[in-house]
Formats: sequence, C-alpha cells, structure tokens
Amino acid sequence: MSNAVSTLFDKVWDAHVVRKIEDGPDVFFIDRHFIHEVTSPVAFLGLESRNLSVLFPEHTFATADHNTPTINQHLPVEDPLSSKQLKALESNSAKYGISHWGLGNPKNGIVHVVGPENGITLPGMTIVCGDSHTSTHGAFGAIAFGIGTSEVEMVLSSQCIMQPKAKKMRINVNGQLSKAVTPKDVILYIIAQISASGATGYFVEYAGDVFENMSMEGRMTVCNMSIEMGARGGMIAPDDTTFNYIKGREKAPKGEAWDKALAYWKTLKTDEGATFDLEYHFNAADIEPMITYGTNPGMGIGISKSIPKAADVEGGASTYAKSLSYMGFGEDEPMIGKKVDYVFIGSCTNGRIEDFRAFASIIKGRKKADHITAWIVPGSHIVEAQIKEEGILDILTEAGFLLRQPGCSACLAMNDDKIPAGKYAVSTSNRNFEGRQGPGSRTLLASPLVAAAAAVTGYVTDPRELLEA
Amino acid sequence: MAYDKFTVLQSTAVPLPIENVDTDQIIPARFLKATERKGFGDNLFRDWRYNNDDSPKQDFVLNNSIYTGKILVAGKNFGSGSSREHAAWAIYDYGFRCVVSSFFADIFKGNALNIGILPVTVSPAFLDKIFTAIEANSNASLTVDLPAQTITIDASGEQESFDINGYKKHNMLNGFDDIDYLQAMREEIRNFSGARLI
Ligand code: SF4
Repeated sequence: MSNAVSTLFDKVWDAHVVRKIEDGPDVFFIDRHFIHEVTSPVAFLGLESRNLSVLFPEHTFATADHNTPTINQHLPVEDPLSSKQLKALESNSAKYGISHWGLGNPKNGIVHVVGPENGITLPGMTIVCGDSHTSTHGAFGAIAFGIGTSEVEMVLSSQCIMQPKAKKMRINVNGQLSKAVTPKDVILYIIAQISASGATGYFVEYAGDVFENMSMEGRMTVCNMSIEMGARGGMIAPDDTTFNYIKGREKAPKGEAWDKALAYWKTLKTDEGATFDLEYHFNAADIEPMITYGTNPGMGIGISKSIPKAADVEGGASTYAKSLSYMGFGEDEPMIGKKVDYVFIGSCTNGRIEDFRAFASIIKGRKKADHITAWIVPGSHIVEAQIKEEGILDILTEAGFLLRQPGCSACLAMNDDKIPAGKYAVSTSNRNFEGRQGPGSRTLLASPLVAAAAAVTGYVTDPRELLEA
Repeated sequence: MAYDKFTVLQSTAVPLPIENVDTDQIIPARFLKATERKGFGDNLFRDWRYNNDDSPKQDFVLNNSIYTGKILVAGKNFGSGSSREHAAWAIYDYGFRCVVSSFFADIFKGNALNIGILPVTVSPAFLDKIFTAIEANSNASLTVDLPAQTITIDASGEQESFDINGYKKHNMLNGFDDIDYLQAMREEIRNFSGARLI
C-alpha cells in the first residue's frame, strides 16, 4: 500500500484515521477546531449534561462573528438573544480554557478569515467548525469542512468525529483568465456547470494552472464555495504561494519546526497517475464575470447572458418557476441593466484585503449611485487595518461609502444588516437562498468587481466597461 | 444527546415536492439565536409557513390539516446549504422522525442521523410513487422498517430497500450516539495525538 500512488486528499485523510470501524465511519482526528457563538452553545450544554471535559482545549479557537453588529462594536450588543450567545461563547471558552477572540479583540473577525490570517490554518491539517464554509481552509491543502453541533460536542470532548471517507473529485481549470474574471467568477462558473448538488458525496481537489497562478486569497474564495455544489470540501495542493503566505504568521511554526513542517508539506500533492472517482476539465477562456439570477448558487450565468429558459435547465420546472418568481425575474431576460438596491461586500468568501482592493479599483474617482445602500464589511480587524493603511478607506469615503466593522453581517443577516423584503442586493457572499440576507430579500451573487460596478451605476453592469475607462 | 430508538415506523406522511430545500428555508438564520435546544419546531419552514404578520400561509403543506404524520417526504437535494444542526432539530422538534427524499445533502444527512432522524434515500421513481399515493389519499401510510432496511407504501404494497451503514443502523436501533463511542476511546485518541507531527 505504501508505494501506491495516492491523491492529496488520501494522504491527509489517511494520516488522521484513529480507528476504522467496519461497515461504519472512520474515527477521524481533528487538528484544529474553530467555534463561534451560534453553533456552539448547545454543544457545551451537552458536555455539561454528560459531565465531560474538553480533551485538548489548545486545539480549539473561538471567535464571535455570526451575529455581531458591524457598527458601534464598542457599545453593548442591543439584541438580548445575540448578546446572550456572545456571553455564552465567552464564558464557555473561559471555563474550558479555550482561546477566545471576542468582540473588540484586535484579532476578532470572521472565523474563516482569522484562522488563515493568524497562521492557525496550515497544510496537511484537518480543520472543522460548525459552519459549512469551513471548506475555505482547504486552500492551504488542509481537509476542512463544516460540522453540526453534535459533532462540535464530539470534537470538544474527544478531538475526533465519525466520518465516512468521501469520494474524490478533481476539477481542472486551465488556460488564461480574461480581464475582470476573478476567483469568485471561476467558482460561480464551476458551480453553474456542476449544479448546486453535483458534488454531493465528494471531496474536491482543484487543479490546473488557473489555481496554481492564483493568490492564497483567491484560492480561499474558491474553496469557500465548494459546499455550494454540495461537496464536503475542496482543497488545493500547497506550493510556494502557500508557504510564503504562512511564513511569519503568528501561530505558524518557526525555526526548526518550520523546516520540518515545510519538508512534510512539500509531499502533499496528488501523485502522478492517482485516480479520482470523477473528474472535470474546464477552460479558463470560457469564463466571464458571473452573476446569479436565482435562489441557489448553481443558478449563475455570465453577466452578458440572459436568464435561461426553463426548458434548458435540468431539474424540476416548478422549482425553477418558483425560484424566478421569488426573484421577480422572467425567463430570457438580460441581467445587465437590472436595478439594484443594495450592495454588500464582505463575508468569508470575499472579505479579505484583495477583495477591497478590487472593489476600490472601480470605485476610485467615481461616486456611489444615489439609490444604492452599500454595506462594506471587512472580514476581520486585520483586514480593516489594511484597508486604512493602503488608502482604500480614503477612496471609499471620497466615493460616498462608509466602512463598517468586521463580522458576517448581511451574509446571513443574523444581526441588523438585513436586506429588506423585495429589494435586490448584489452581494459578494456565498448564498442566494430565499431570505438568506433577510426575509424576502433577493440576492445576486457576484465578485467584488461586479459589486463595485453596481454600486456606482445602481444597475447590474459589466465591470469590464468600467475598467476600460 | 441521546435520542429515541428507531425500529419500525408506520405513519402517514407530509409531502413537500420541492427540490433543493436548503437549511435556510428549514430554519431561517434569525431563529438560530437560542442557547438551548428548545422550541425550534415552531419555526420549522418559518417563511414558507407564515406571513409577515405571523398568520399561517394557507397554501403551505404544514398548514393543511389533511396532511399529518411522522414522515416528511421531500424533493431531491434536501437539506443543502448551511451546516446548522438546528434544521434537523426543528424537524425533530416538530414531530418528524424520518425524512424521505431521492437525494440528501451530506451535512444534513449526518446531522439527522446524529440526532435520531432517519434519512431514507429512495429512487426518483419510488419518490414519485410516494407523492402520487399521498396525493390520491392523504391518509396513505408508509412503513419504514429499519431492521429490514425497507420502505413500503402500505396501500399498494410497493416496496424499496434503502442503504444505511451498519454502525449508524446499530446506533439508531439502540438510541446510542457517537459521543458514547468516542468517550470510550479517549486513551487511544491521546496516544494518537501524541504521535502527530503538528
Ligand atoms: S461570512 Fe457567511 S458564510 Fe462566512 S462564516 Fe459568516 S455566515 Fe458563514
């Protein structure tokens, strides 16, 4: 077995199997566990009721993000329920000796932004969190996926969960990306091709020169949305881009430990000749800036295209009609020119510094459209500080935008940042489900460039036109 | 949390012939603020079930009193999206013990099994048959037999078998959960951890 060729996924998975259960799941060891205020309280109650301790508190990291306010974070949180969850996270962390980056902590931010940023996320690791976008961390060549609250309790009490090994899929994208085509467009394109359920049961490896040439932040955007095609997670083999990103970060290994780790990380790639259960090949040149028109992330098209006809869409016609009617759209309508009410830039998908740089590249020298409400929300305080340092804040202010404070915000609208019913939001987040951004809200998922173009024109606009100017 | 044992369930069913039902629909995010696992059933399918003024939407199946039972039958790709276990809690708390679909999203399926809801995957053709049977008679009952791994439309006797791995089946039959199993392995896990590089 040991000489056999294997995939990146196999190498990392097999290194973490504590016990194999016959006709059952693997007992799977977890290196890093992130928790936040929404999906952890009941897990801690479970520990208490069974009188269990946390086995390795040093492997769990807590941050508050899902329902934190994005303005006036220095004031007490008004919503009593949110406030209760935040306090529960703080007191549970203190009780069990878990490091906690709460509201106001300079390291606070969205869990999937702060993990990588502080060097907690490393290649070859297994990483879980009670949040489906944990797949983000796969960008480092880690196996990372979202878990439910019962599993949060398992990891706290035993540092393991029970998992059947997923099937393996490889998605290859090769060639040259066109102008204004960002990592977000690449993943929205892939999901539109494979569908919102097309990768269910699989763990995906992204390969090909498009990903090799991509920055770490871009890779995180791609892996983040793996779950939106049903995949358990997605990963990209670590390379020099990865190692350069990690080196020097606070919790990354240093000195001799770094050298040792690096030698191991370099072995983490799919061997020549290793096979996958399913493989796709896409051509980078076919991808244009993307936008979604429906109520699942698979309902995306190139921005210059028209909404597909029901007859051309795989799946139930009634489900399709329901989705379009929720959005207030009709078959065959063009997306360009549709009126937009809100623009949201942020989330663990597109809330990192490169995303704000991209946004600013279009905003610069222009003004926010009068009828647009824009929520500009950095993924963490570290990103917020970079925005200020690099002069992006000045560009935003001059164009009439306000910078908010870090958190998940309108990505899931658990705090006050809710898109009102019937309103259209161009959003850089990851889900366009009915009501995801507030009851009755209508979400168009897109890249920071498409969001910026909408923010200054007030309509769905092809960003290529504004970049040419 | 330990749950009720599951062996054979005979019940009428509630039909939800919609595809891609995501967990944001099952339980919208604004109801995730509880710090205890209580009362989620009241908000199951909240925005499909109630108008903004909290009056029930008459056309939604949970508000149609002819459909009752412990089995929810749903369209393909049920439970996609967010990993929130609250979605499974809401379904359980409402009174369902089994969800039937032709396709489940992974995380939902795992969460359901962890809290004692049996997800039963049937073929698309059999799913259609179930929908047709319930449409013809809202009192049509189904029998889900976990030991035999079969699901039967009682009126016609049509039957299909379903998959479940042996370990999970054993847990469901006995009301055990993974935490019990893992607790017994603590020493083995400690040794494993000690041997890891990072
Ligand atoms: S930003 Fe959105 S997707 Fe990311 S962790 Fe927060 S709620 Fe989840």
